[in-house]
Amino acid sequence: MTTLATQNRSKGAGSTPLINVQNLTKSYTAGEVVTKVLQGISFNIEKGEFVSIMGPSGSGKSTLMHILGFLEKATGGHYEFEGKDITKLQDDELAKMRNEKIGFVFQAFNLLPRTTVLENVKLPLTYAVGKGDINETAKQVLESVGLGHRLDYYTNQISGGEKQRVAIARALVNNPTIIFADEPTGNLDSKSGVQIMEILQRLNNAGNTIILVTHETYTSEHAKRIIQIKDGKIIDDYPVLNRRVAHDGETLK
Amino acid sequence: MFSKFSQSVATSITALLANKARSFLTMLGIIIGVGAVIVIMAVGAGAQSLILAQVETLGTNLIGVMPGKSDEAGPPTSAMGIVITTLTYEDVMALREKSNVPNAVDVVGYTNGTGTANWGSNSYDTNLKGVTVGYIEVEGGELDNGRFFSKEEETNLSRVAVIGSTVKKELFGESEVIGQRIKIKKHTFEVIGVMAERGTVAFQDYDDQILMPIKTMQKLIAGVNYLGLIRIKIDSEENIDRAISDVEMTLRDQHDIADLSGDSDDFSVRSAAEALDMITVITDALRYFLAAMAALSLIVGGIGIMNIMLVSVTERTREIGLRKAVGANNFNIMSQFLIEAVVVTLLGGIIGIIGGAVFSYLIAVIANFMGYDWAFVVSLLSIVLAIAVSTAVGLIFGLYPARKASMLEPVEALRYE
Repeated sequence: MTTLATQNRSKGAGSTPLINVQNLTKSYTAGEVVTKVLQGISFNIEKGEFVSIMGPSGSGKSTLMHILGFLEKATGGHYEFEGKDITKLQDDELAKMRNEKIGFVFQAFNLLPRTTVLENVKLPLTYAVGKGDINETAKQVLESVGLGHRLDYYTNQISGGEKQRVAIARALVNNPTIIFADEPTGNLDSKSGVQIMEILQRLNNAGNTIILVTHETYTSEHAKRIIQIKDGKIIDDYPVLNRRVAHDGETLK
Repeated sequence: MFSKFSQSVATSITALLANKARSFLTMLGIIIGVGAVIVIMAVGAGAQSLILAQVETLGTNLIGVMPGKSDEAGPPTSAMGIVITTLTYEDVMALREKSNVPNAVDVVGYTNGTGTANWGSNSYDTNLKGVTVGYIEVEGGELDNGRFFSKEEETNLSRVAVIGSTVKKELFGESEVIGQRIKIKKHTFEVIGVMAERGTVAFQDYDDQILMPIKTMQKLIAGVNYLGLIRIKIDSEENIDRAISDVEMTLRDQHDIADLSGDSDDFSVRSAAEALDMITVITDALRYFLAAMAALSLIVGGIGIMNIMLVSVTERTREIGLRKAVGANNFNIMSQFLIEAVVVTLLGGIIGIIGGAVFSYLIAVIANFMGYDWAFVVSLLSIVLAIAVSTAVGLIFGLYPARKASMLEPVEALRYE
């Protein structure tokens, strides 16, 4: 099977992959009970890829995303990001990595309540060092997701689709190396969902690396590659041959 | 760095405004605590100024001699109510000699007591004071009517009395007073003078007393031969130190004390200035003690802050998770919640200072309205202290909740419903 994934892997053989995980495991201990969530995951992700991590609920896909996004530490195995060994980093170093390298988009948007759209987008920059005019940067990013007219709205005054676009703007504002989107369309109607996927595809076309976590086959097919997970193991890893393209609120195949 | 700090302050103010009622209730403990401290310090200072002003009206060029030895700093034992009999009328005579104390303008000795005075069917309990003729010169005050007793009357057991205005009103009402005969402890006295109304000065009601010659008081009324106090008026303030040592030398000579170091003295000599200092020390101690009591309520306020901050941390678990996800490190989260706690206590402190100052001002206005010369004093020190203490309360009681917030795992915090 000549897959895009294997092509990528062979292509990147000479250079360092963006993400390299080997035999990654994660287990939670609650009292006497040990729950093995990830049981030996290995793959590479190159710069510029658009990967869907797909699986049913409880498969461990969110945990995998959290580990890849430096929100959580693996129990075992090896994780290199841009050739750097992540497993050895301290809390504050991980916070710095999250700030500089990662943009997160969550299913529940996770915007700050009683705070304006602009303030929400500025948030990652307030934890960064030497980012210049953070107001200007945040405004530009908001304009790029079509929310230039909503800067001073409070987050409870805008629609769900707009909230998720604010979240995307927030994920982009630090110019991250990779964007993680955890069920970004899960709380949205289909039309708003398509808009979000269109933005993600546009970002990927512009060179951004995107990892999409979803349980829907339909949504996952907007990516270029799908990693299927079940019971903490990879059961399939294949390129999307017939990719869906989100455009003007319609999804084309 | 500064923009980050002001950002944090702005964030915490937003968070506080979002819960106005709760923020105010949280602050209330601090407001009351700081307000109470400010009021106590201000009212204490006002009362102190009142007492000092009254003592000063006696004149600062006075020297007092009390029986019994004392340390430099502490009050003499006689001030504690212990009777010491070392001062005598002969000491007054010696101090009157220009060759002994050249700077003395006049000297007065006192033997004090209480008793009942009767006129016809009227009777009145009052203070009885045996004094020497220098009384008016030393104490100030003036005669409203009649005369003071003479130098002969001082020693020849004359039964003459000079009465205060309250005594006059209580015993005689509107009747003519001079020449009337009153009975004190079975002895009949002729009223020869009435003192003009003077009021209470330094805890002493000058209107509620009967003055009589010292020997008359000692022999007929009190049955003692010692003095309770000698006061000496000095010609000017700069001569006080010299006069004090003259008085000490004279009294040592009188009492046959050879030791000139002062260790063997059976009397204490104090200037009015020293007495003022002593009053200040005592009232200061009282003020600070009361203020410390009031400050205890700040601890209760602090516990309230801690409680609310813990609730706030729990409520905002998801926010903390998100902040961590976008790159906040533990220090960022901790300082955010610490700043929030300090903003609450500092704001409470400032409101408390303003409230306390307004309350103290009202007290001063009312006291002045009632005729007291009451100063409104809110010292810069008490304001600075109040601000420092409020900040410290915020830091101390905010630390635990802030630390708890900073230690949250980002994933746990994001998952929190």
